[in-house]
Amino acid sequence: MKPAQFDYLRAGSIEEVVSHLETYGDRARIMAGGQTLMPMLNFRLVEPELIIDITGIAPLAHIRMSGPWVEIGAAVTQSSLLDWSDLSREVPLVAAALPWVGHFQTRNRGTVCGSIAHADPSSELPLVLAVLGGAIDLASKRGTRTLKVSEFQLGMLTTARAPDELITSVRFPRAKKGEGYVFREVARRHGDFAIVSLAGMAVAGQVVLGVGGVAGSPTVRAFGTLKDAALDDALNAFAWEMGGHDDVHATARYRRDLVRMLGKQVIEEARACLS
Amino acid sequence: MPVRGDTLYAAILRSPHPHAEILSIDASKALARPGVAAVLTGPEVKAMTEPFIVGVKAPIDDWALAVDRVRYVGEPVAVIVAGDRYQAEDALDAIEVEYRPLPIELDPRTAARPDATLLHPACKSNIVHDRTFRYGDPESAFANAPHRIKLEVEYPRVLCAPMEGYIVVADHNAAEDSFDVIANFQGPFSVLTVVPRALRVAGNKFRLRTPPNSGGSFGSKLAIFPYMVLICIAAKKTGRPVKWVEDRLEHLAASGSGPHRITNIEAAVAKDGEILALNCDHLEEYGALLRAPMPGPLYRMHGVTTGTYGIRHLAIRNRIVLTNKAPVSLVRGFGGPQIYFALERLVQRIAVELKLEPLAVMRRNLIPANAFPYRTAAGALLDSGDFQNAIATAIDEGGLGELQHRREEARKAGRLYGIGFACASEPGVSNMGYLSTLLPLEARRKAGPKDGAIGTATVAVDGNGQVTVASDSTPQGQGHRTVLAQIVADELGLTPNDIAVNVELDTSKDAWSIAAGNYASRFAASTANAAYLAAGRIRKKLAAIAALSLGVSSESLTFKGGKICSLTDPTKTLPLYRVAGMAHWSPGSLPDDITPGLRETVQWNPRELTPPTENDEINTSLTYGFIFDFCGVEIDRITGEVRIDKYVTMHDGGRLLNPALVESQVHGALGQAFGATLYENFAYGADGNLLTSTFADYLLPTAMEIPPTQLLYQETPSPFTPLGTKGVGEGNSMTTPACIGNAVADALGIRDVPLPITPVRIAALLHGEELPPPAKFTSAPSSTTAATVERRHDSLMQRLFSKREQL
Repeated sequence: MKPAQFDYLRAGSIEEVVSHLETYGDRARIMAGGQTLMPMLNFRLVEPELIIDITGIAPLAHIRMSGPWVEIGAAVTQSSLLDWSDLSREVPLVAAALPWVGHFQTRNRGTVCGSIAHADPSSELPLVLAVLGGAIDLASKRGTRTLKVSEFQLGMLTTARAPDELITSVRFPRAKKGEGYVFREVARRHGDFAIVSLAGMAVAGQVVLGVGGVAGSPTVRAFGTLKDAALDDALNAFAWEMGGHDDVHATARYRRDLVRMLGKQVIEEARACLS
Repeated sequence: MPVRGDTLYAAILRSPHPHAEILSIDASKALARPGVAAVLTGPEVKAMTEPFIVGVKAPIDDWALAVDRVRYVGEPVAVIVAGDRYQAEDALDAIEVEYRPLPIELDPRTAARPDATLLHPACKSNIVHDRTFRYGDPESAFANAPHRIKLEVEYPRVLCAPMEGYIVVADHNAAEDSFDVIANFQGPFSVLTVVPRALRVAGNKFRLRTPPNSGGSFGSKLAIFPYMVLICIAAKKTGRPVKWVEDRLEHLAASGSGPHRITNIEAAVAKDGEILALNCDHLEEYGALLRAPMPGPLYRMHGVTTGTYGIRHLAIRNRIVLTNKAPVSLVRGFGGPQIYFALERLVQRIAVELKLEPLAVMRRNLIPANAFPYRTAAGALLDSGDFQNAIATAIDEGGLGELQHRREEARKAGRLYGIGFACASEPGVSNMGYLSTLLPLEARRKAGPKDGAIGTATVAVDGNGQVTVASDSTPQGQGHRTVLAQIVADELGLTPNDIAVNVELDTSKDAWSIAAGNYASRFAASTANAAYLAAGRIRKKLAAIAALSLGVSSESLTFKGGKICSLTDPTKTLPLYRVAGMAHWSPGSLPDDITPGLRETVQWNPRELTPPTENDEINTSLTYGFIFDFCGVEIDRITGEVRIDKYVTMHDGGRLLNPALVESQVHGALGQAFGATLYENFAYGADGNLLTSTFADYLLPTAMEIPPTQLLYQETPSPFTPLGTKGVGEGNSMTTPACIGNAVADALGIRDVPLPITPVRIAALLHGEELPPPAKFTSAPSSTTAATVERRHDSLMQRLFSKREQL
């Protein structure tokens, strides 16, 4: 469990990062909190030539309101976002989901953008971003661009980030009055990757449900005003479409069961938030 | 541990295959890598060492490194020794090994079949031990019983997972051909004899030193011994000290788990729930090798197969089967969890089938309080107890009535709530002869008697009256130093702070015997008593010297506040240091019957630990504590999660030397037991790869998963130990799985409760048939998605080792 040899660069600016990314491409790895990357290095599952540490770049350390968005820089840890006093007013779904992300020890180092970049199908922040319809800001030597979450999340551990690009920030839409949010998760232990995570959003009786841990990436479905048997049928179809998988912690069938049963609860609770 | 400046570091190449022939190993490229000093492979180990001796009569081929064949994923195949661990790991990739995969056996039942693939062809079968025992007249009891109630239970493999893994530093003295090793070995030291034998040196040419501190063990650090051999050979080959530190991946893959046992248990039962006879058929899976002191778990509990119950007719069958899994090692509880999960689940089943209360069945069969010492059917001599009172106290103080009320309310509301009970006789201090029970009488006669359990401690007082204590207990965080200081201070009228305790053990110059070590809950009932007796001898000697000087009788003296004073004449008093000074500074003035100096080593052996009798009766342990547990659980109908509402545990561990340390042992055993019951799953895939190779997949409970527990105590001293103490270290690992299992059975009205009790397994019982996909549903789950997701859950071990193989 010792990493292969690599060079380490503690970058001082975004410019420095993207010029190295231009040279190294996927032979370089960005490190922020290192909560996933460090074990992967120690297991030699990745053997990059260069590690670029971005935690010292001051312009990546911001949490700010920017028009309809809350924008979070790539060096912001999960715990500093959780500590942000406006969080539950501005993005209540993130406030509900963040305590489920790892443990407070890992949140102290793990970053919000790192979790989005890693795109684990069972992690909470990509799910919340998908349900809320957030966006991702990317920078490279070629310039900057902003992708919608639906354009960014391509599948399991796969995103639209090009090898020469750095995620500079992620944007969550600010909550408006008359919206209801619910987050639920089932994991073997608190802090584990979700077996199934569910995020519900209700706006004027229309409900959107997002599910993590079942398909290869977070999956979002609008359930409108469906109720009772019609809702059950729609959830059953949703569950079968996502399919699920067997692993050492749960079966595909168990995951589908939770989508059907907890999905209904989450939808009903999200609607109840409105009344 | 500080090491010499020229120390080299080892990394181990491990098998990616569960079963394969090694066709060739080529280390030439690895040897050319920077910093690499040597590579050890099977042929060399075969040339330089002897295979390990095996505890059963079977030709099991067991070397410190795979020779010609690998038999489990993670088996050591080669050792690289380099300037540092990074260089050693870098070079692992360059060793070229050619394997020819062989068919595998993972399931104990299929591995036991005559047509199974053989792990060790010379054994002719994967069943390497099959022995039956009979006590009383079980056949008649079964034939005449009004009820026969049976259950098949399985106790799966679980790990210990200490914070610190194995560490070995070895050096070889070429002039003397002797080895000097520092390792966090935990004992039993009886096993240590296999190491010099494997290294082809006399026992006195192999010196082991244990460190002052060690980060937990729970049994696992017994199985470090094959690595001692490996690193010793590496040191011999390179002529330099070599250090190896086991990493977490290695620990999870190959340090060894507890055995997997399948027990078919049946009771002959009277109408009122009295168990007239018991029949236990154990099939225990030990992985690819049977390493000393295996098959300990199968025999350690032999005398208390009937638990806390006065069952007089008993039949036992013990079979051992080998599979392509990591070899089994010591795990806290060591046979206890397996015995009690079967027995206590059966007691619950008897209650259900006879429509009795589980507590009533338990009470009907308990050994009466006036029957101690009590000889069980299989030969255990239960020292003391008052089980009935302990249960009554626990029910009262633990609030069983309140739990029953909660169950009633929950059930009225349509919720799933159950209550479970379990009790156990907890052994302490293993009889060094218990394993010989596995041999037929003739073989035992030939080998000579094996019995006893020597506890060793030394108390020394220097010329200034300063006291030091040393012991044979190699603790790994249990607080032995605290307790030893207490005992000796009490004897000598000092405070614990006055006593210096050193628990490092050096086999070349310290006092020890084969029973030394930290296992079988032996400290309080063995080593602590040796320290107490040694301190008593010192006290007697000091009193004799003081009596001479003061002109009083030594019987009239007391030890208090650092002084030795007359009980009758307050003017007659001497500081302890003055008396100690006389023993050292003026030995010539001591009378002939007082030996000079002040150092006493006691090797104490309890007489109750006798060898197996001609009828295979064996007193497996010295002391037997009592545990009674009950709990309430609620089960979530949707997720299948088991929530422990409340857990109550009552312990009678004899006289408690330090209640705070006992409490920490109980909490620790409870934590491990909650893990074994609800979370931990040492899982192999159908292809023989270990699926739980990191802590993300092998789920240990954290503080968040530990439910509210209430700890209660009763103290019934043991008449067999000078201090009245019993062993208390393993405790709830034995009762808790059965207690929770019984509560789940009660909540769901089910017969079989598989371990671990996972949400998926419970949900499968609760959810019934799955809703079919909608009629117009055509797109089955996208195959690419399913495949990628599956890839992610492939064994990390396989990916790691395969990657190396491809290079």
